[in-house]
Amino acid sequence: MSAPIAAAKIDDERLKQVSWLRQALVRPELGAICGAILVFVFFLMVAGDSGMFAPQGIRNWTLVSAQFAILAAGACLLMIAGEFDLSVGSMIGFAGVVIAILSVQWGWPVWAAILSAFAVCLFIGAVNGFLVIRTGLPSFIVTLAFLYILRGLTIWLSVATTRQTIIGGVGQAAEGDWLAPVFGGIAFRGLFQWMGDQGWIATFTRGARMGQPVVEGIPALVFWALGLILFAHVLLTRTRFGNWIFASGGDAEAARKVGVPVSRVKILMFMFSAFCACVFAACQVMEFGSAAADRGLLKEFEAIICVVIGGALLTGGYGSVIGAALGALIFGVVQQGLFFANAESSLFRVFLGVILLMAVIMNTIIRRMITGER
Amino acid sequence: MSEAPPILEMRGIEKHFGPVVALAGVSFDIRPGECHCLLGDNGAGKSTFIKTMSGVHRPSRGEILFEGRPLRFSSPRDAMEAGIATVFQDLAMIPLMSVTRNFWMGREPQKRFGPLKLFHRAHAEAVVAEQMREMGINLRQADQAVGTLSGGERQTVAIARAVYFGAKVLILDEPTSALGVRQTSHVLATIDRVRARGVGVVFITHNARHALAVGDRFTVLNRGRTLGTARKGEVTITELQDLMAGGGEMADMSALGEGAL
Repeated sequence: MSAPIAAAKIDDERLKQVSWLRQALVRPELGAICGAILVFVFFLMVAGDSGMFAPQGIRNWTLVSAQFAILAAGACLLMIAGEFDLSVGSMIGFAGVVIAILSVQWGWPVWAAILSAFAVCLFIGAVNGFLVIRTGLPSFIVTLAFLYILRGLTIWLSVATTRQTIIGGVGQAAEGDWLAPVFGGIAFRGLFQWMGDQGWIATFTRGARMGQPVVEGIPALVFWALGLILFAHVLLTRTRFGNWIFASGGDAEAARKVGVPVSRVKILMFMFSAFCACVFAACQVMEFGSAAADRGLLKEFEAIICVVIGGALLTGGYGSVIGAALGALIFGVVQQGLFFANAESSLFRVFLGVILLMAVIMNTIIRRMITGER
Repeated sequence: MSEAPPILEMRGIEKHFGPVVALAGVSFDIRPGECHCLLGDNGAGKSTFIKTMSGVHRPSRGEILFEGRPLRFSSPRDAMEAGIATVFQDLAMIPLMSVTRNFWMGREPQKRFGPLKLFHRAHAEAVVAEQMREMGINLRQADQAVGTLSGGERQTVAIARAVYFGAKVLILDEPTSALGVRQTSHVLATIDRVRARGVGVVFITHNARHALAVGDRFTVLNRGRTLGTARKGEVTITELQDLMAGGGEMADMSALGEGAL
């Protein structure tokens, strides 16, 4: 038996030396890192003196990016687990209206309304997942159905209870509530006031808010975004469950054979995606003090775009939460940057389409590099 | 080594699917540290037999003795826990994932980090590097994707995984059928290494040459029956091929094919 053993050993000389560039390329985040740098350099040059990088400007695109990041965290894990959730946008509208109806119309305490909305969203997420697993249908179709079902229900609920599609008054109801600031609060007010007093950030010079800093603190939304990204990243890369997420999306059959509970993983990821949508909705309702039946329109696609820009494969089994977060940052910076650069805002969609196409093409190439297929 | 008592013994196994008799009396045993080749042409009942041995099917008649005791597996998991591992042709490996993640898939080692239980990556990578080195695969880096490995190397990773997780009997379903010459020799070398560790290897193939290169004993399956077992040196390629074909007609053909093989 010595001959085959010797033969096996000399295999190595035929392995090509892998360049560092190629090695770096197969990291899913690379495209998003380059994209983020590119976007920042571009807007520093084009809109550097427009106030985009002044405190208010920074707050502006940070908030938008954070919104995308919250949804992207959920969409990212779900996509790596091999599924989509197109009902995210409708879920945002639905959760918001549930919070508003329960707290304003029914007079429930706001904390109870928020927790109920979370319970309902998690349940719908589980139903999404259960239907996908049970029927074996593509999640694209199942969640597309829920995109319509939830949007329709949202408008109907809203109109049936208030005769309007916008339900206000959540702001007053939320006063003094212990849970509301977790979603709508602003942290570090004192620090920002102090920085304003020191002259480090601009303060209002006129009006009712004279002397207050233009940026009053860091909204809870930003902490949610950072928290969800950190949670999803650690879960994906540092835990046993994370390996199961990769495995479920990479090849569900192979994963089942070695004992990975694929159905449980996928259903839980649908629930996580729904949870993220509900966080988004709760933050938005608390910030505006109202809910509207048309909130969250197209958010499902924007979340998916962030994830794809972040290097995840649409077919599952490969991707990165950090990449998705950078995708959200790129998305937010460009959307707000075009405004600061006085560009026609409709061009944003053109940009979006182009960058999506580029990202998908690049991801496909990277996939071929990893799997060695031609 | 083949004087040791068998780990797994199958006596007069029959398996019927309705009116179809897939197995009509199969006897087979496997001892520690040997490679027992099961040869058979397509449709001979190899797949049914593997599935019976690995607990997917229950035999309609006959008995299975595991380490001398009669045993009835009610699921593949029972068989796996008893130490019977099957490496199927599709390998249950995910090309996009690293060798380490694939190796541990479903059985990831964990370590405590405060209140959290994290994937013990350092341990996982160290074990895989060690196991791969023993099997003659030099990984370029710990997170190298399985997709970058050759077919033979993938087979070897799947075998190493089964052995590491305590396989006493390793059933290999056509491990060389889709491979080139060099890749095949890699897999045969892996079988040799695994056998040296005392694992009983059931090597299923329809290639008599591959079987003879590594096998200690040879059993031919034809039309759902075993046609007896031969020891190494007692049988030639031509004889094995004749038995697989079920007698006469192939004998003439093999005279033609001898040179080509």
